[in-house]
Amino acid sequence: MATTAMATRRLTYRDALREALRDALTRDPRVFLMGEDVGRYGGAYAVSKGLLAEFGPARIRDTPLSESAFVGAGIGAALGGARPIVEVMTVNFCLLALDQIVNNAATIRHMSGGQFSVPVVIRMATGAGRQLAAQHAHSLEGWLAHIPGLRIVAPATIEDARGMLWTALEDPDPVLIFEHQTLYNMEGDLAGDAGPVDLDRAAVRRAGAQVSVITYGATVHKALVAADQLATEGVDIEVIDLRTLRPLDMTTIEATVRKTRRVVIVDEGWRSGSLSAEIAARIGETLFFELDAPITRVCTAEVPIPYPKHLEDAAVPQAETIAAAVRAIVAREPA
Amino acid sequence: MPLLGADMEAGTLVEWLKHPGDQVRRGDVIAVVDTQKGAIEIEVYEDGVIERTLVEPGEKVPVGTVLAMIRGAGAGAEAASAASVPATDATGRPPVVPSPSAEARPPAEKPAGGPPPSRASGTEAVRRRTTPVARRAAAELHVDMARVTGTGPEGAVTLDDVERAAKDAQPAEVPQAADRSAAMRAAIAAAMARSKREIPHFYLSTTIDLSRALAWLSAQNAERPVTERVLPFVLLVKAVARALVEVPAFNGFWIDGAFRPGEGVHVGCAIALRGGGLVAPALHDVPGKSPTTLMAELRDLVSRARSGSLRSSELADPTITVTNLGDMGVESTFGVIYPPQVAIVGFGRIAERPWVVEGAVAVRPLVTATLSADHRAADGHRGGLLLAAIDRALLTPEAL
Repeated sequence: MATTAMATRRLTYRDALREALRDALTRDPRVFLMGEDVGRYGGAYAVSKGLLAEFGPARIRDTPLSESAFVGAGIGAALGGARPIVEVMTVNFCLLALDQIVNNAATIRHMSGGQFSVPVVIRMATGAGRQLAAQHAHSLEGWLAHIPGLRIVAPATIEDARGMLWTALEDPDPVLIFEHQTLYNMEGDLAGDAGPVDLDRAAVRRAGAQVSVITYGATVHKALVAADQLATEGVDIEVIDLRTLRPLDMTTIEATVRKTRRVVIVDEGWRSGSLSAEIAARIGETLFFELDAPITRVCTAEVPIPYPKHLEDAAVPQAETIAAAVRAIVAREPA
Repeated sequence: MPLLGADMEAGTLVEWLKHPGDQVRRGDVIAVVDTQKGAIEIEVYEDGVIERTLVEPGEKVPVGTVLAMIRGAGAGAEAASAASVPATDATGRPPVVPSPSAEARPPAEKPAGGPPPSRASGTEAVRRRTTPVARRAAAELHVDMARVTGTGPEGAVTLDDVERAAKDAQPAEVPQAADRSAAMRAAIAAAMARSKREIPHFYLSTTIDLSRALAWLSAQNAERPVTERVLPFVLLVKAVARALVEVPAFNGFWIDGAFRPGEGVHVGCAIALRGGGLVAPALHDVPGKSPTTLMAELRDLVSRARSGSLRSSELADPTITVTNLGDMGVESTFGVIYPPQVAIVGFGRIAERPWVVEGAVAVRPLVTATLSADHRAADGHRGGLLLAAIDRALLTPEAL
């Protein structure tokens, strides 16, 4: 391979997702994309812009406004041997397709005694931060991570935006990809040879000694901002990007907890019954005797996400609230 | 482990004189503890039955460590644990970590109204926080949790704290005589340095005519066998105690930025030890005791101080100290206050000197009385009143 092809490029998360779609559509003729406005409009977040012209209406398919119908169609297509990528505009809307996702996609392998698999990939936007208010801004991926039979992933980086889709398509079971709304415009560098990435391991985004901040998606970046601030105060934190929310990579989680012995879990979902609750419980179950501070969580306020900017900001985890949670468990009394 | 003076941080249990199942009453000597001041007999402050002992002979533990659990009279076993601060054991077993009272805290930290600091300990049952990994590490490293100072949030003991304590840990051994002398020197150094660092002393002195007092005393002593004769020092101590009843501002402690009056007047008598160093154990409730009784108690106190068998209350209770260097020919002595007390009264040599009485020079036995006092607690005016009250008390020795 020529060295020029290896050169690092600067692009957005959205571009990286589009590149992944293009790569998948190119590699495998069984792959197609469908969803509301993915074709002529180019996708609600412009991820599929230009793909209709490139791949044609048979593979870039606009659907009616019926999540249950088109997610169900995707499941059917997967059962029939296709490799569908279904885009749901936001996780709030996927509630209309929960029956298809939970009762069909997640169960058919088991209910057919392994005769059928459902290799569907469902992409959806999630999260707050763009003033889209309560019906478009919730983080419900933790709910879906409750369901056996699904794999749930959340790309937080340009590299994962580029690399997770193909690996998800290769999985014989349904994979749900959660793209945080605030990440689409994020710019970053991508290696020229970037390609598929694993969907099994959490990543250490910043190594540190004193506290492990465990999170995923957009709050990874808020945690990294908090880490920079805390470093100026002499507090050295490790930032873990879960990447895959189901199944959880307990190996990486255990390793970081054994290392730092203090944990802050940051989850843009609500605290009650959340993914953060699950992680905290598992750490408590298996690592109790390693802990040097109470397990701490930073979650979204238990309200529907507000529309006004200042209230929306106040409702969800921010770098400052993450830093404050860290300070509280490393606070030193005078010896 | 009671606090037997501001300079004490830890003590070594020498032996148990009472054992689980034994009935004890307030004031009974239940154990012997070795400190820089020698072996001290530990008195119990509760009535009840010893439920279990928590510290083994030979163990050195910090002040505030619970030595034993006592089941109060009529109480069940449950009440016993609730009424006492449990001590940690070396394995760091969970629910028995005491509150910050386990640390060698200065008496200033004790609850209000508890001037004899040792009496205040052992009643709060607040659980100290220890993180799981710290607890596990303490067990692995054989760190006594009672020794560990928590520096985490809200005073929690963290892994760092345990590892630091393990590094600092010293073997608990009963100190040898030579060690003890050095240890006592170090303890005196610490207490006196603290006193001079923290206490703004002021000094007053006055000369007192002892002719009436000594004449009365000679008459009394003439009727007694030699062994029961009362020394002038006893009259001086009694006069000080009497004066303190009149001027209580110097009888008590400076704790947490405020003066706390002593309960009763317990006069610490500075006693030089033969091997060097000194102790100032208390004569208890001096105002209510006759000179004869006080003399007997003083003799006993001096002999026990020198043989190293004082009782815990004698070391913990003094509300003021009296020092007398007259035997050495010293004319006056300005003492350094033993914190948290607020005053020390000094006497020099009783000597016959010219003294003007009713316009003529007469020869009178005189003594210089001095007061070193804590200016935070009281002012010179009151100091003057105290010295005047001592003088006045010595004018009517028959009332002493």
